[in-house]
Amino acid sequence: MTPPTGITRATLLKDLRLEWRSKDAINSMLFFSLLVVVVFSFSFDPTAEESRQIAGGLIWVAFLFAAVVALNQTWARELRNQVLDAYRVSPAPANSLFLAKVLGNFIFVIVLEALMTPLFIAFYRLRALGPAWQLLPLAMFGTWALVVNGTFFAAMCLRTRSREIMLPLLLFPISIPALLAMVQATTAILSGESSARFWIVLLSTYDLVFTTVCLLIFETVLNAE
Amino acid sequence: MSKLFFIFALLTLLLLGYALHAALVTAPTERTMGDVQRIFYYHVPSAWTAFILFFINFGASVYYLIKRNPTADIVALVCAEVGVVFCTVVLITGPIWARPVWGIWWTWDMRLTSTLVLWLIYVSYLFLRRFSSSGQTPTLAAALAVLGALCVPFVYFSIWFFRTQHPQPVMGGGGSIDPRMLHVLLINWLAFSCFAFLVCWSRYRLERLQRDVDHAHAMEALRDPRGKLR
Repeated sequence: MTPPTGITRATLLKDLRLEWRSKDAINSMLFFSLLVVVVFSFSFDPTAEESRQIAGGLIWVAFLFAAVVALNQTWARELRNQVLDAYRVSPAPANSLFLAKVLGNFIFVIVLEALMTPLFIAFYRLRALGPAWQLLPLAMFGTWALVVNGTFFAAMCLRTRSREIMLPLLLFPISIPALLAMVQATTAILSGESSARFWIVLLSTYDLVFTTVCLLIFETVLNAE
Repeated sequence: MSKLFFIFALLTLLLLGYALHAALVTAPTERTMGDVQRIFYYHVPSAWTAFILFFINFGASVYYLIKRNPTADIVALVCAEVGVVFCTVVLITGPIWARPVWGIWWTWDMRLTSTLVLWLIYVSYLFLRRFSSSGQTPTLAAALAVLGALCVPFVYFSIWFFRTQHPQPVMGGGGSIDPRMLHVLLINWLAFSCFAFLVCWSRYRLERLQRDVDHAHAMEALRDPRGKLR
């Protein structure tokens, strides 16, 4: 029998290959966040000093909205040809599937962030006054927080009416503490006025708690009928 | 059952009347704020009642996830619904008090923000219950309730980093309160809790009936015109 890590790897590679060939999720996410950047830039027209204060909020709101686009597609893909039902009757552990989906979404959103950050820097004339290397762990923890809850809720919304509307309705309220931490930490790093350490610790704790709980109850949710 | 319900309803009504009189007439007028302060006797008991109801919702949801007990599911649903109503009362009475006292309707202070986020989480819970197909609603809702409750300490800690404008808690905090005011507050809390329990009780009965009716309809659909099970 395939070990759980093997199942995770196979599902992850399958998703990555599908994405590599179609580029559906990454293209729509990129275009979506580009639109957000442009629209916000027109409505605020900030100076360099102002944009340091608002950029944290802007960046993460753009990424959050863009991530929802990818998250909505993750499970919908498995509904075709009853793939998900086949998975449910197979002896493969549900958590392997969940982890594969989380990792896949994590990679998509990280790629999106890597591509969009230079654009943000150029459009908003950003230059960090604090320790810029802290943005890296912050992006990792922040993205994981969005993606782990998002993947879980996307699985939950799978069989609800108007699935696309349900996901943000469930995801945003629960993500508020994580989002607040990301925005505050980014602003702290960009403006260099305060330390971002507290927020990064809070985010990592948030990640730990929610990943554990999601893994504990994912099987129940997947098999809910 | 229904006799007990009516007796309890009558008692709650009497208690609410007494508490109203106590809050508006008996309680001494606050020195600096004046009569506006009396909204405190509705604001604080509603908040406590809402928090207790959300806590029961969490307990019932965990119990449902472990035991799959339908009663626990109904209790969770009822507590979330009534809790959201009480939380809404808190969020409405707060600004009414804040406008004359602070000079502003709203501020992004710790307690205000965390109550608002709590309200958002439980409204999304009710949305999920409304939108998901009936067979899986209890499990999904219970999972969301557990995640939502786990979110509460994070909400609290993350917003704790902001400046706090809200008055310190009257119980267990640094603030002091006139014993007569405390008495009125506790009477109001008792009345509100009884009222919340009463509403939960009748909502519970309604939900039970609704499920029985749905079940009967489902059984009816399984029968053929001759009245035999297919």
